[in-house]
This record gives sequence, structure tokens and C-alpha cells, in this order.
Amino acid sequence: MNETAFAQQETATAAEEKPTVELTGSAALLEALIAEGVDTIFGYPGGAIMPVYDALFDYKDKLNHILVRHEQGGIHAGQGYARTSGKVGVVFATSGPGATNLVTGLADAQIDSTPLVCITGQVFAHLLGTDAFQETDVINITTPITKWNYQVTDANEIPEAIAKAFYIAKSGRPGPVLIDITKNAQVQKFEYKGYTPCNHIRSYRPKPIVRQQYIQEAAELINNAKQPFILWGQGVILGSAENEFKAFVEKSGIPAAWTIMGAGAIPSDHPQNVGMLGMHGNYGPNVLTNECDVLIAIGMRFDDRVTGRLDKYAKQAKVIHLDIDPAEIDKNVQTTVPVWGDCKETLPLLTAAVEQKQHTEWLARFNDYTRQEEEAVINNELHPQEGEMTMGEVIDTLNQLTNGDAVIVTDVGQHQMVACRYAKLNKTRSNVTSGGLGTMGFALPAAIGAKFGAQDRTVVAVIGDGGVQMTIQELGTIMQSGIDVKIMILNNQFLGMVRQWQELFNSRRYSFVDIQSPDFVKVAEGYGIPGRSISDRSDLKEALEQMLNNPGSFLLEVMVTKENNVFPMVPQGCSVSEIRLK
Amino acid sequence: MEKKEFNITVYTENQIGLLNRIAIIFTRRKINIDSLNTSPSEIHGIHRFNIVIDETEDVVRKLCRQIEKQVEVLKVYYHTNEDVIWQEMALYKVPADIIAEKASVERLLRENGARAVVIRKDYIVFETTGHREETDNLIKVLQPFGLIEFVRSARVAIIKDSEGFNSKLREFEKEQPGEEVIENEYLNQGQKVFTM
Ligand SMILES: Cc1ncc(C[n+]2csc(CCOP(=O)(O)OP(=O)(O)O)c2C)c(N)n1
Repeated sequence: MNETAFAQQETATAAEEKPTVELTGSAALLEALIAEGVDTIFGYPGGAIMPVYDALFDYKDKLNHILVRHEQGGIHAGQGYARTSGKVGVVFATSGPGATNLVTGLADAQIDSTPLVCITGQVFAHLLGTDAFQETDVINITTPITKWNYQVTDANEIPEAIAKAFYIAKSGRPGPVLIDITKNAQVQKFEYKGYTPCNHIRSYRPKPIVRQQYIQEAAELINNAKQPFILWGQGVILGSAENEFKAFVEKSGIPAAWTIMGAGAIPSDHPQNVGMLGMHGNYGPNVLTNECDVLIAIGMRFDDRVTGRLDKYAKQAKVIHLDIDPAEIDKNVQTTVPVWGDCKETLPLLTAAVEQKQHTEWLARFNDYTRQEEEAVINNELHPQEGEMTMGEVIDTLNQLTNGDAVIVTDVGQHQMVACRYAKLNKTRSNVTSGGLGTMGFALPAAIGAKFGAQDRTVVAVIGDGGVQMTIQELGTIMQSGIDVKIMILNNQFLGMVRQWQELFNSRRYSFVDIQSPDFVKVAEGYGIPGRSISDRSDLKEALEQMLNNPGSFLLEVMVTKENNVFPMVPQGCSVSEIRLK
Repeated sequence: MEKKEFNITVYTENQIGLLNRIAIIFTRRKINIDSLNTSPSEIHGIHRFNIVIDETEDVVRKLCRQIEKQVEVLKVYYHTNEDVIWQEMALYKVPADIIAEKASVERLLRENGARAVVIRKDYIVFETTGHREETDNLIKVLQPFGLIEFVRSARVAIIKDSEGFNSKLREFEKEQPGEEVIENEYLNQGQKVFTM
């Protein structure tokens, strides 16, 4: 039987007695992916996964495989895809070095709760443990950085293992899953009985049951609060609870601030959106965290980059924590009322139980701080009158041109903090960044994936001159796949964020942060991608227009001030109310 | 909060690799495991870990939540020593001639609640079961007679006021049933299908 035709026949006869057909493990794997609705795979072949690639040859019309230039690029692309599409990112890699190249991306996806299914090839089962060519103990290497992993040694296991993998990756608090398949299982023929998705595992509780008692207790605290404050994180987006969240914010009238992972869940210019939390967050939300009486944390995990010193963090406040992961409750901040559950379910219950209110005066205090911050920092950053260009004004100009509708993918460093602070986001799933791991080299490949995940949207990657050189080879992926990604390098000729710390805390001892770059425009040109470099303010708007209007990918290098610092800043080891404006 | 001994009981699916997943939760935080025992439980296909650590309750609670988060873990409990009945078994090998010559074996056994497991011409193996002090005691007594080898098992503990996990599992299933459970034909076939 034609293997590619099998999936259709399978669904047509699903209700009847299941037919069996002889398939190889590799073909069964691809059938399983198709049954899970996968359309795009990022990967890189090699000896131990060749049977899968061979099978893929017959599935070209159903599965779009993107050949990346490095497995790290593949997994970051998978992450970008997952983050914009809300679906599971799928990545293929071979054994040994292929699999170990996934490690950074797995750790990144684990800490940022990104749903991924990674398939790695492995040596023949009979060679396991013999130090065979390209054998690496991938299961043990990836155990601490996966939500689940599993080694398949027999083709019969494949449909079941893939079903579990998808269910675990996307349910509850999402995360990366790795399935390592030995070569014998890939080539082995077996009686394939079709594919049954998994929706239950005895030992796995993806989400805790909602307890009405806690909803009531939380509502009571909120209704009696004088100065309540909402902190939201990516949980709102992962739970597709943006509307439920907005309804809660608007009925309760409470000011709300976001972590970088939560950015965009409600639009940047929503009147109750008071800004960004954390080390380089806004002035008001940081200071007022230590003045609110009730703190409502929704789908966020009190990362130390958000809380600063824990023993001086919101000690005066009663804390309500809404989270799907019970292990997050009390992990860092002691909770008064834990609202376990999926915020898609808990938020409407809470909204129903809270009184309609307006906290006008309290909200005005945030706005006071915003005014102070504008005077001290923002105006100079966004509208400098002279001197070299700032990162902030580049983002501000981008905002004007995209009207806040673009997907912004950032790398790690000063530009990341500037982009997160100033990018205008009208829509959810518009901010793709490496939050928890802070992985340099993330943005270029993640932007490729982000574009595949949101093909009708403009995707702009904002990258530092340091970070772009970590995965610059993915320009080749852009070239070959013909994808449209706008690459904006903010070049300060330094590893800027490290330089900032050295300036502020190591008395300007600039130890190995002075980084030289190639001619990025020429490099792009080598890959057939048009580009341009600018250093004059007068060119900025027009150059950005050129980038955005170019029918395909475009690389724009913007030379920015070399020694500019990102402020405000909560220095490491300080309390959030000790945030510095300069 | 002061540190003390806690007994962590973990009910899991029987899966290769899970021991590592659980151990990593401790080693990652640089917490030493004092004792670890794993064995099948009374329920087919479900394994039981007994882990002993010396930590504050706050840390133990957080650890337990992290363990329970693992996909193949069904349930985790933690208890102080007062809340469990626990035992450790110890074996002692001593030269037969010296013991026979210099000690009253009978008295030694009676006073220490021990029994002889093997008696050979060249050596005798004794066994005791009890708390650490009890098993330690016999080491002290046997040392002067030329103790050749000593080994102590990991701790096994039974929770005093537990109704047993059997009923908990059923309750668990009732409270939080999976949505439209499709019975997994490979579930319970354990090793046959999932040989990780
Ligand atoms: C893989 C990796 N290595 C090192 C770091 C540490 N680090 C954080 S920010 C930074 C500097 C980034 O420089 P650049 O990419 O030029 O961006 P800028 O800060 O100048 O905007 C470094 C080295 C990191 N986050 N990730």
C-alpha cells in the first residue's frame, strides 16, 4: 500500500475494525506526526536518523521539513514556531553530536515552558552502552532539561511513545519532550494498527482541580484591597486565557504589570497596563510592588530577575498566586491564597466573584512614576536630539511603522531589554524571547520558526552584534527556505549588557567585551539576502521602511551608541524598590 | 526552621530512568540522600521509593512538589520519624573461632535482638533489624571480636496513619479523572512495551 495514503484511509475507517498494515518504524513516526497535525519540522539529518529522513522523502507533500544549519538553530526555530503558533514545535536530529546540539534549546524550552517534541536518532539497540560510533547517552543528558523523555528500541512502541510525547508536551504546563529512537526501531517493520492520540496517563495530572474555596478567599481579599496589583506572566498566553485575563483586569480595575514572558497578553497601550516588571522593568511597577496590599500573580513564577531580593519583596502584601503548576506555589514567594489551576478556568470564576471597581487614585500613582521615568530615562532614550542613535529610538521608529502589529523576536542583552520595554505589542504571541535561560544566539533561528508559525505576520528579529554571531549560519536556512524574516542588528560594538555591568559594578574594567563584527551586509549578501547598514539618524525611518517593505528577508544593521546603558535597573541583590533611574 | 530527618514516600510507575529523574531533584540542589530504597508496592506495576534526608520541612515540601511533578510519579508523601514505623536491616560477619572462644554467643544474640543467619566453620553472619542506634550497637559489640564485614540496608518505612495507597489511588482517580479516558492498550504491559 502507498504509505502516504495510509493516513486518509486510517481516518476513514477509524470507527470500524482497525485495519493493520505493515510499516517501518520511521513511516509510523511520520504517520503519527501527521495525525498530530504537524505541518513543519525543523531538523538536520545524520547516520542514526537516516531511515526517518528516507521515509520523509515520501511525505514531502505533507510534511514541510526545514533544513537548518545547526541543530541548535533547529530547536530554537522549533521554539519560535511553538511560541507564535501555539502548537507543538517538532525537531529532528541525529544521534551523538546532533542530539547534544539540542541541549541548549531543551534547557531554554524547559525553563520557558515551550511545547516541543524532539526526535533523535540513536545507534542500534544492540550497540547501546558500547561507546558505538556517535552513541551518546541522550536520555540521561537530557533528563533534567526535559518535561519527559523516552528511548524507543522497538518499532511497536513508536505510535504510543509519540502519542504520549505530544500529550505531555502540550498539556498542563507545557514543556519539551525528547524521544530517542534506535536505528533498528526505525527500520523495523511491524503491524501498524493506526494512531490513537493520548489523553490520559495514570500518573500524570496536567492540571490541578480548581477549588472553589480558594476562588472565594481570593475574591474576598481582592474586594477588600485598597491597593491591589496584578503581575502576569506567560501562563496567561500558554493557557490561551488572554480574553479571560482582560475581563478580569477590566472588571476589577486593578493595575497590571507583566514579566517579559507575559508581554503582549493585553495590548501595550491598555490603560491598566502599567508596564514591565523586573531588573530592567518600569519604575512604578517595581517600586509599588513594595506598597501594594494584595499582590495577584497570574501564570508567573517569581523569577529572581523579577523579584530582586526575596527577603525584601512585597513583604507587606497578601499574595494570591494563580498557577497551573502546584510546585510553583510557595516556591519563591509565600502565598496567602493559592489558586491552583489552569487560568483559563480560574480567571472567569474569579472575575465572577470580584466586585466591579476602579482604582483611580492607585492607578494614578503608577502614572506619576511613569512621568518621572519618562523625564529621567524614556524621553532621552526614545527621542534623543543629538549624538549617535539609541536602541530605544530604533524600536520606537519600528513601532510607528508596524503600528505594533509585528512579531518581535529578541536575542539576549541590552537590545532585548530595550525591545521588551519599548516594543508596542497589539496582539498576543507577538513577543518571542529567551526569558528564563537568556540564550544568546536564540533570535535568528527563533525568528525563522516564528515566521513559519505565523506566516501572515511581519516578523522582526532584534539582535545584538554579539548574539547574531552565535548562530549567524542560520542565514543559510533563510536563504534556502526563502522565508521572509526582517533581521535588525543593533550594533554597539560591544557585548553591551556585560559591558554595562562592568561599567557599573567593576569600575569600567572592560574585560573581553569589545567584539569585532564582520561586514554583516556582505555576509547577508553572500547568502543572497539584501541588507543595509546605517549610522545616521536621518536614515533611520527610511531604512526601516525599506526593510519592512522588502518582499523577502532583509538585514538592517543599525550602528548605535557604544556605551549606552539600560535603565531603570534593579541591581543584583537589591530590593525592587531600590530600582535606579541612572 | 531546623533540620531533621524526613521520610519521603514516592509512588511511581515502574519505568526505567525514573530513579535518575528523582535523584536529580536532590543532587541539583546539593542535597544528600541519606537512604534510598525502591521496591514494588502492593499494587501491581506501581513502585514505591523510600527516601530519607536531613532537611528543613520547608525544603522537603518543595522537593516533594518537584518530585510529584514528574510525569510518572503518582503521589508523594513526607513524614517525620514520629509519623512512620521504620526499620533498617544489618548483617555482620565475624570470625567463628574467636566468637566461639571469647564471647557468649547466646547472650550476645539475646541482648541485641540478633539472629544467626549463617554458621560456618570460618565465620558466622548475624542479622539485626531496627533503628540506627540498635544496629549500630551490635557493631560496637562485635568490633573487638574482629568484625570482618558489615552492611546495612536502606530504610523501609510504613506510614502510621495512612489508609494505604490503595484507597488513595482510587480516590485520586475519582477526584481527577482524565477526560474521556481512552484505555491505553499498552498500559500495565509495562516492560513489554515501554522498555526504557
Ligand atoms: C550563550 C550565552 N553566552 C553568554 C551570555 C552572557 N551574556 C548576556 S548578555 C551578553 C552580551 C550580549 O551582547 P550583544 O549580543 O552584543 O547584545 P547587547 O547587549 O550589546 O545588546 C552576554 C555575553 C549569554 N546570555 N548567553
